[in-house]
Amino acid sequence: MRGFFISRLLQLVVTMFIISVVVFFILRLSGDPILVVAPDFFSQEQIEQMRKFWGFDKPLGEQYLTFVAKAITGDFGKSYLAKRPAMELIIERLGYTWMLAAASAAIGLTIALPLGILSALKRNSLLDLIITSLSSLGTAMPSFWLGLMLIIIFSVYLRMLPAFGALEPKAIIMPSVTLGVGMAARLSRMTRSAMLEVLNQDYVRTAHSKGLLHKTVVMRHALRNALIPIVTVFGLQLGWLLGGSVVVESVFSWPGLGRLMIDSISVRDNTVVQAGLLFFALSFILINYVIDVLYIMLDPRIKFQ
Amino acid sequence: MDAQHSNQSRVGQIADMPARRSAPLRLLAILLKSPVGMAGSLIVTTIVLLAFFGPLVSPKDPHGRNLRARFEAPGYSDGQFTYSLGSDQLGRDILSRIIAGSRVSVLVGVVSVLISGTIGVIYGLISGFVGGIVDSVLMRIVDGLLAIPFIILVIAISGVVGAGLSTLILILGFTGWITYARVIRGEVLKVREMEYVIAAYALGQNRLKVMLLHILPNVISSAIVLAAVQVGVTILAESSLSFLGLGVKPPTVTWGLMLSDGRQYINSAWWMTAFPGIAITVTVLGVVFLGDWLRDLLDPNVRGRA
Repeated sequence: MRGFFISRLLQLVVTMFIISVVVFFILRLSGDPILVVAPDFFSQEQIEQMRKFWGFDKPLGEQYLTFVAKAITGDFGKSYLAKRPAMELIIERLGYTWMLAAASAAIGLTIALPLGILSALKRNSLLDLIITSLSSLGTAMPSFWLGLMLIIIFSVYLRMLPAFGALEPKAIIMPSVTLGVGMAARLSRMTRSAMLEVLNQDYVRTAHSKGLLHKTVVMRHALRNALIPIVTVFGLQLGWLLGGSVVVESVFSWPGLGRLMIDSISVRDNTVVQAGLLFFALSFILINYVIDVLYIMLDPRIKFQ
Repeated sequence: MDAQHSNQSRVGQIADMPARRSAPLRLLAILLKSPVGMAGSLIVTTIVLLAFFGPLVSPKDPHGRNLRARFEAPGYSDGQFTYSLGSDQLGRDILSRIIAGSRVSVLVGVVSVLISGTIGVIYGLISGFVGGIVDSVLMRIVDGLLAIPFIILVIAISGVVGAGLSTLILILGFTGWITYARVIRGEVLKVREMEYVIAAYALGQNRLKVMLLHILPNVISSAIVLAAVQVGVTILAESSLSFLGLGVKPPTVTWGLMLSDGRQYINSAWWMTAFPGIAITVTVLGVVFLGDWLRDLLDPNVRGRA
């Protein structure tokens, strides 16, 4: 067991190394990062000074090493614009993004699990057709558009919910439903096929032939085994959720990390963009690490190699 | 009587046997049997036709402004269907703009996926075929890239590089390959051990030939299925980016940009938001259906399941 954790941890470190390289070089794709932020009226000398100040006069490899060394200690550099550490800006916003992601994931699971199970149990029925069609529709729909339509219905016409911001508790309803529906569409599909797979297994047939109640078989024997692939897919879909949150936060002016990134991109505040990217990637791989651990707990068959 | 009947129907079945027909007809026959495949191909064909011949059927000039007809509500408002789906803040016809926007979606979807598919297949093929340390290194790179959610990666790159239609196509093409790499590598690992591959070696074929002639053709169907899914993902990504102002720029007409206009006037003109979104949804739905059908058809591993 310890071996497994250590090898996964090592993998995590390697992944993080690659992410840091990618993130570092993405921000250098534009060529000279100083020219992007320096005002037009700056003289050559002032630009040189600025370059020195931000450390862009050093060779690229050295810049990367400094970046990593500082990032490990939690120092992602200062925002060009806010003149504050990027880390501070991110921590202020992180809570909002996590709150939104948790609420959306909860909504997604609450919709997807029952529907997916039902759809698998009533395979090829009308109900199954309706559920799978709805799930295809939910996958095809751009989440930000669903958000806009909710605004039209619930803010413009019914005047029930605030269209933007996070000033009152009910402001989270629309953004989380927007993301939750997309999540549910993706998860219910996976739940259905995981359930179908399990329902065909011998042990389910055995359970039935022992004369157990159908409900018991489904809940105790089938669902518990189907949960394993569902949990994995859930972890991977969190990537979609985090990505979607960037756009949806923008639609609802939700003050999370995604909106911070879009705002920083539009003013070319690259240190913040860089730190934001790292945080998104980090959240994603950490959650999936936790899920891997959960996986082991759910499935005693996996012997930690 | 009964026997005769069943005999007849069997004759009918044999005449229906796909094998006797030419390839396109055979495909059509299979297609006719699947409602999902039919719906998908019907939608996709329509969108592609609109992208090519849109100007011929477009009721108005998608760029034509008419300041006297701003924010016309959709439908039969003026005694005739002048603006069947309404008009926008400059009096441009929404329907004509949706037709014009199909061009960008098709272009972005197809070209980006061709780029990303080619890169991903080559990458996965090399990783799986060469194996060993090369495989480990290549796959760790893929793991790292997969950890950054696709849309966030694309947003960051286009934010830094600056956007526009062709840049966006390139960005989506050069980031989308990651998904293929993983899948194709997995398939290669399976196929690599097949008897016909071993037989090819035994017949004295070199490694490159085995890779291109025996392994590639057997993993390409997975790539095609994935490509269909990715066309949808790419169209959604383009619309998100254009909506955020990080993608295609005006005056090019795209559905994402129309939504971004619609958002400005969300309080008064719902049709500016509703219809372009429906266009995106229907298009992606068509692609998803087509992908589902292709998967059932081409991928024996999942055939009959799900």
